[in-house]
Order: sequence, then structure tokens, then C-alpha cells
Amino acid sequence: MMNRLDLLFQKKESNILSIFTTAGYPKLNDTLPVVKALQEAGVDFIEIGIPFSDPLADGPVIQDSSTVAIENGMTLKLLLSQMEDIRKEVSLPILLMGYINPVLQYGIENFAKKCSETGVDGIIIPDLPMREYLEDYKQIFDQYNLKNIFLVTPQTSEERIRFIDEHSNGFIYLVSSSSTTGKKAGIDGAEEYLSRIQKMNLKSPTIVGFNISNKESFLKATKYASGAIIGSAFVRAITNQADVVSAAKNFVHTIR
Amino acid sequence: MSDSGTQSKYSVNKRGFYGDFGGAYIPEMLYPNVKELEDNYLRIIYSESFQKEFRGLLKDYVGRPSPLYHAKRLSEKYGAKIYLKREDLNHTGAHKINNTIGQILLAKELGKKRIIAETGAGQHGVATATVCALMNLECVVYMGAVDILRQEPNVKRMLMLGAKVVSAESGSKTLKDATNEAIRDWINNPVDTHYIIGSVVGPHPYPDLVARLQSVISEEMMEQLQEKEGRNYPDVVVACVGGGSNAAGAFYHYLDNEKVQLVAVEAAGHGVDTDKTAATTARGSEGVIHASKTLLMQTEDGQIVEPHSISAGLDYPGIGPIHAHLFKSGRGTFVSATDEESVAAGFELCRLEGIIPALESAHALAYLKKAKFKKDQVVVVNLSGRGDKDLATYIKWFDEMRK
Repeated sequence: MMNRLDLLFQKKESNILSIFTTAGYPKLNDTLPVVKALQEAGVDFIEIGIPFSDPLADGPVIQDSSTVAIENGMTLKLLLSQMEDIRKEVSLPILLMGYINPVLQYGIENFAKKCSETGVDGIIIPDLPMREYLEDYKQIFDQYNLKNIFLVTPQTSEERIRFIDEHSNGFIYLVSSSSTTGKKAGIDGAEEYLSRIQKMNLKSPTIVGFNISNKESFLKATKYASGAIIGSAFVRAITNQADVVSAAKNFVHTIR
Repeated sequence: MSDSGTQSKYSVNKRGFYGDFGGAYIPEMLYPNVKELEDNYLRIIYSESFQKEFRGLLKDYVGRPSPLYHAKRLSEKYGAKIYLKREDLNHTGAHKINNTIGQILLAKELGKKRIIAETGAGQHGVATATVCALMNLECVVYMGAVDILRQEPNVKRMLMLGAKVVSAESGSKTLKDATNEAIRDWINNPVDTHYIIGSVVGPHPYPDLVARLQSVISEEMMEQLQEKEGRNYPDVVVACVGGGSNAAGAFYHYLDNEKVQLVAVEAAGHGVDTDKTAATTARGSEGVIHASKTLLMQTEDGQIVEPHSISAGLDYPGIGPIHAHLFKSGRGTFVSATDEESVAAGFELCRLEGIIPALESAHALAYLKKAKFKKDQVVVVNLSGRGDKDLATYIKWFDEMRK
């Protein structure tokens, strides 16, 4: 079967909206209803966060959601079994985003195999660097048709961006500013950087993430890239909500 | 530290690994900073100008060489010739200053304007605040909220020295979380900031950088033992291990000398079989913590476990990758001491030698009771810090014992 991300990028080159949600948040069994609501509201692809005790690249909102999810009993093992149920009802591309340690404990090969079996299209592991990926992981991920997404930041050199582009097979994740997630409101100041990347004419589609929080920042980001990802603002929107399904849909409707 | 060319089989390799451990599992946001450091640290720290300034400050500002003191009453009690390497007599009260002096000079050479650090017991925070005052650089220290309460005098010291102390409120609110917050700060300040990591942990090249800067400890031991014993090595070196910087420094020049037994003492907390422990090699497994592949305490699902030790400086769920390698290769002897054994060893040193050790160093001393020495064996215990900062804890135990 063809990777769902490839299909998405074949039919859609701009204005792509992705939403990040933490698995098992706000309640343990909310993963499926939230993801389903996102599909119904017209999101293009979904990132599901694997909760981790020490999320270095995340700001307070996603940190707190991870802590709650772990307390709720969410584990990578449980998330992958929830994926089986999610795939019965959701056809959008789904990426898992998380840190390397839980994946190492699960076992790399087992993880890749299970992702492939349950319909995970790609993964984003911010603390899996290029060098380690190429030497130790790429072969396994390729074997299971699992896309590994790399990050680029405003400080990434042009040479390295070209290198990352060459080795990317899904999209390139453009971090809007050098920051942890949800640190700044909006992406003012990122336009010069995003425009610079746009002019590089990379072979991979680009999706902007970090600090995209509303329609304004979404539209700004998608001027320069194929799409944008909203994480912290969405997680905040479903926090303390009695009806997470409506909260999720309402949030997406404020974007488009 | 003059031997930049010598490579031990326990040294870091070109990929930044010690055997199976180490590396730089960093998010892309940190790549330029870490790469800049990796590309420049050896060139800078072995340059003539760096060495001159580093050595000068260690001598005139820190007060090195630290004495190697023959502890006669302790020796008599444990039936070996026991020396104490007196890192407790350094300026700011611990070995931590060796590293911060080196890293601040490195940061200046790299043109950095702002310094961040994490701290557990506060010793590294104080040592960082001190060198920032000395070099007139802005200083922000991250410290777990729990540690801020139990190490209050050090918090006040840092403030007096002009540092800003930021409370880490996430997770277990101790050293691990302070380290997370410092790394997050670095992600958010990628250009002008240098992160002075306080131990042999974190992404490559930090473990190697810190070990090299701390290696002055064993470099001096070699000279001092030559003078006192007519040979430049002891039979046993004992040091406590949290992240493991004092141990890395005390072991450094003896890594390839298999005649020297290297003993690393971890904090057992309430006991290695309880869930209140920080004994990483006993309870940990392989994984990634703070961007380094090493041994750490974690759940089956890969969540990092909150450790416990009476000593804030050892209250860390991982160990530096060099120590993970020494453990796995069998080169190091890894043991542990409980809170209670360590406090008792601390009191014993007070009464036998008139020295109040830091609770961290008391863990190393607690090994003496467990070891079986031969009469003529030469043992060096690295007395990594002094106990002033721990008086509140000591007093509590002292009053309890006298009831």
C-alpha cells in the first residue's frame, strides 16, 4: 500500500493543515475520538504525541499534557494498540511524534514493524539526530515504509538543509523559530527565514511548526510552505473541556 | 591535561561514544551549538593561551594543587594507607570549580555573552556563578524546586554572586528537571549562550570536555603519590558518582593502568532494592537521557524514573556515558552506599580527621567500611566537596542520634 503522506502531497501542494495531539490526553481513551473529530473537521494529517517524562524540545503546554497522559496510563505499547482502532475509522495520514527513549525501550525493529502493521505513516523523533538515523535506523524504517521526518531551524546552514532534503522522504519540518514548542505567540520574524527556505526549491514538501497558534499564523506560514502544524494551541483548546470532540472541531473551524 | 594526544581505550571515539554509550541525541535546534563546541573544544583547551590562563586561575584563584592528605586515624581504622584528595579545600568548596573555570574560558573564546547552568546540590551553580562574576558574564542557574529548599545556603550564595536562580518546577523538581530546563533555555537562546554542564553527562562533547577539565585531579594525584609513595599510582581510587565528574577526574589518568582499581560509589538512597534510590548501575538499563546514550533508571515504557538520594548532587537517574562504559566493560567497580551509611561515614570523618565532608563525598567514604583492604594497600578517596552546605541535614541526623 502506498504511504498516505505521499498520497496527500500528490493531491495537495498548499494550505495543508496538521494538528498535533498528545496520546491519552486529556483522558486515556480520548485519542480515538479526538483524532476522529480532527478528520471530520477537515484536517489534512495528524501527529500523535507519544508522551515522555522528559520532553526536552517542548514547552509547558505539551510537557503538562505528557505528564497527565502518563498518569492516565498511556504507554507507547497502548498507543500502538489504540492505533488499530483508530485505523478502523480514520484514513488520514498519521505520524507519531515522540522522543527516542520510549522507542528504544520498545525496540526499534518491533516499533517499526508495529507502526507499519497499524498504519502509522511516519515518525518525528526530535532527538534522533541525522548521523545516528543514517547509520543505525534508516534501513529498518525504510524496510517498513516508515517515513522519518527531520527538523530544520532558522540556524540550520544551507549546506545542512540540502543534506537533510536529500535524505528526507516525507516532508521537512520547518521549526518557525529557535525555541521549544508553544514558546512564542505567532511567527512574526520568521518570514525572512521561511522565504529563504522557499527560494531554495527543495525537493521535499515543507511544513511549518512551533508557534503556529491561530488562523493568522497559519495563513502566514502557508504563504511560504506547503502547510503548517498546530500543537500547543490545540492541546490547550482541549484541556479542561467536558466535550473534547466539540472542542477539537471548534478549534479546527477557527483555522478554516 | 598536557597530553591531548594520548588516547585511552576508555576514551571517547570520533562519533562521541564510549563503547556503546554516549553520542549526541539532540534536537536539531541544538545542532549548531553542539557542533560549534565539538569542532572547537580540543583546539581551544589545548591552546597555549588557554592553558596558561586555566593553570594560572587553578593555582591562584582556586588554590590548586589540592592537598593529598594521609588520613592516619582513618587508615588505622580500616587497615590500609588511606589518602584523601582534598577537593573540598578548593575555592567554592568542591571539585566543580575546575570545570567551570575551564568552560568559562572556552565560552569567552567562542564569543558567548550569557552563561546557563543546572545544579543539584548547588555546588556547580555556585561554581558557575563564581566564574561568571569573575569574567563579568550574565549567569542563569536552573535548580529543582526541591533542591532550592534543601540547599538554601547555596541558593543565597548564587544570588550574592549576581546569578539569577530559576526554579525548575517540572517532574521530580530535582537535578534531572533542572537539566531539562537548562537545555530548553539553550534551545531558546541558540546564538549568544554557552551551557556549562556540571558533570560528565549530556551530548558529546560535554562528557569528554568535562572529564578533561576535571582530569587535573588525577594528574596531581600522580605527582603527589610519586612524592609520598615513590610510585605515581595508588592501588585503589574511590569516588562517588552521580553524573560522575569527580570520579571521571580522579580516574582519568589511571584508566589504562589496570593495577589501579577504580571504585565508583553510587547513592543507594533507602536501599538498592527500594524505589527510593539513585543507584543507576544496579537499577538502570540502557537508554537515552539528556541527549546521551547511557544507563538510566526507567520504566518498561521508557519513562525516566525519579531517583532518591539524601545527597542532592547524587540525586540523578543516569550516569555519564564514560561510567556506563567502565561498568559494562568491567574496568570500574560499582558499589553503592545508602543515605544512612553515608551520613554515618560523614560523622566518622568529622570525629577521626576533623573534616566535615559533603554528603556526596560521604558516599565515597562509606565504601571504606565495605571494602576488604590489605595492610599495605594505598587507597585514595576523592573528597570531592565540603559539608558546609549540608549542615541542616547533618544537624537533623545528629540531633536524632543523640535522642
